[in-house]
Amino acid sequence: MKRLFPLALSGLALSATPLAAQEAKTIDATVNEAFAAVTGPFVSLIFAPIPGTSFPWIVMWLVIAASIFTIYFGFVQFKAFGHSIALVKGDYSDPDDAGEVSHFQALATALSGTVGLGNIAGVAVAVGIGGPGATFWMILAGLLGMASKFTECTLGVKYRNEYPDGTVSGGPMYYMSKGFAEKGTPGGKILAVVFSIFCILGALGGGNMFQANQAHQQIAGIVGDYPGWITGLLFAGVVFAVIVGGIKSIARVTEKVVPFMGVLYVGTALIILLVNFDKIGWAFGQIIDGAFTGAGVAGGMVGALIQGFKRAAFSNEAGVGSAAIAHSAVRTKEPITEGFVSLLEPFIDTVVICTMTALVITISGMLMIDPASGDYILNGSSIQTVGDVSGVSLTSAAFATGFSWFPYVLVIAVILFAFSTMISWSYYGLKAWTYLFGEGKTTELIFKIIFCVFVVIGAAASLGPVIDFSDAAIFAMAVVNISALYVLMPIVKAELQSYTSRLKSGEIKKFTGH
Amino acid sequence: MSEKIVVGLDGSGSGARAVDYAKKLGALIGSCELILVYVVEWSPFSFQTPEENAERHKRRQEEIKQAMDRVVTPAVDGLKKEGFETRGVVRHGDVADTLERVAVEEKAVQIVVARASDTGFASRIFGSSTANLVMNASVPVTVVS
Repeated sequence: MKRLFPLALSGLALSATPLAAQEAKTIDATVNEAFAAVTGPFVSLIFAPIPGTSFPWIVMWLVIAASIFTIYFGFVQFKAFGHSIALVKGDYSDPDDAGEVSHFQALATALSGTVGLGNIAGVAVAVGIGGPGATFWMILAGLLGMASKFTECTLGVKYRNEYPDGTVSGGPMYYMSKGFAEKGTPGGKILAVVFSIFCILGALGGGNMFQANQAHQQIAGIVGDYPGWITGLLFAGVVFAVIVGGIKSIARVTEKVVPFMGVLYVGTALIILLVNFDKIGWAFGQIIDGAFTGAGVAGGMVGALIQGFKRAAFSNEAGVGSAAIAHSAVRTKEPITEGFVSLLEPFIDTVVICTMTALVITISGMLMIDPASGDYILNGSSIQTVGDVSGVSLTSAAFATGFSWFPYVLVIAVILFAFSTMISWSYYGLKAWTYLFGEGKTTELIFKIIFCVFVVIGAAASLGPVIDFSDAAIFAMAVVNISALYVLMPIVKAELQSYTSRLKSGEIKKFTGH
Repeated sequence: MSEKIVVGLDGSGSGARAVDYAKKLGALIGSCELILVYVVEWSPFSFQTPEENAERHKRRQEEIKQAMDRVVTPAVDGLKKEGFETRGVVRHGDVADTLERVAVEEKAVQIVVARASDTGFASRIFGSSTANLVMNASVPVTVVS
């Protein structure tokens, strides 16, 4: 009987499958169509190209802002780089503050929210379409983005809310409302509300559904295709245990394993680069040559530039405002110190990790070159790759040329990165939610449950328009956030000048221990 | 001027043994203040979730209060009843480093700790707090068995 029952069930399933699939398809298609109709104009607006080019204006918005902040703060990302590392090491931390959130912890937490698919899949897309030259523009965008992070994270700490019970809430919505009020500039509260709405949507979409979806794709790629809702329920259960159940051990394990995976990823890339030492000069030649001539790629130099800038912006989130929420937990007397620390984030994320991925792909020979002309072979708008792979598969195949076991590690890395990104974004979304609806256990619980439900939806459905919309919402956060940063940047400059002069005069000095 | 002795507490029997020994030393010295130090093990290089970060200050206050209420204050009250000049301190950090730092700050003549009860893999690799203290302290250390 025990054997017959599953057989009967499977028979039922077999006979029911076509109908169920048809029905699911219909529901899926209906949701897609309805959602696309409503959100399409918004998505098109956010990702619209600048007239006459294929360059999305939102990427230009982020890069111009990063350039302005770089110049306005006197190339702070280069001048303060050494000081930032000293701060992370704890050289300037008062031993009496031991037990509070350290600069290192804030940086590590923020990084676990940004290091992820952008570094693995995004870079492969950039190099696959824009060629190795895209790497140069990606590095440049990463370096410029450091100034954006510096600005937003300084303000995040300066204007955060501290509650009587000792907890804190911070982020763009707080510096928009409090900073604008302090300056006597109207509109701060409206910006804060708009930002919060986009932040919630971005958290549920790009920070949740997209991650769950990609994690499911990875697992299905290894164990074979199976219904996404199973992955979704599993992930939602773990996320629920962490964010609702407060099972900190799971979060702690993840938070420990994720940096380990990051180090393993960079370490493996370095070994591959060392083994192929003789090709590094050639690879950099390809990067520089491709960056300025765009040789052999569709769209030439501009194509490489667009891809590099776009993927850097998508990966490090500089100017989006999410990092300002993560960094605002640090209890420091000098908000600017958290700005210094945060500027290391795009450096690690984009300049180091993304560049490693790009170099390994370039050196691996996965991008096919025409031996006669020496140019890359094009397949439509992208470069022809060995085995016709792209995205995560391209990165995976490139690393496999050095270590055949690496694709398995990469799957685990992608799943863990997806999970840690979800945990981080659940917090960003929660802070935006509580800003709108007020702090309180019930209010928080409602958002957390909604978040978990969206994990299942994200893994189960392939709702393209929903993902497009959530990506658009994340970048819409940047429109609101950067507008506020332009208004508030003189406050950051005053902080910077005050701190720098006190650092030079010796008023601020290292704690040498004894 | 009275001398100062830093005594490491850990809320277990070994902490109590350290206090007993420090009492004998204090009685021999005569004018001596016993500073009871409880260290909440904490590293600035650990990894936390954003929510843990946001609640960290609150948790720290709770940890300090708990250590004071459960371990330090009862020990200080006991010593005061016996007529010793004493006070308690709770700090976060690495046990060995923190005991050493408090001793240097207070210009203590000695640190008294009991032999650590921690065994296992981690202490075999990295050494116990007591071993680290003995190896690195710039203040004389007495380890009570």
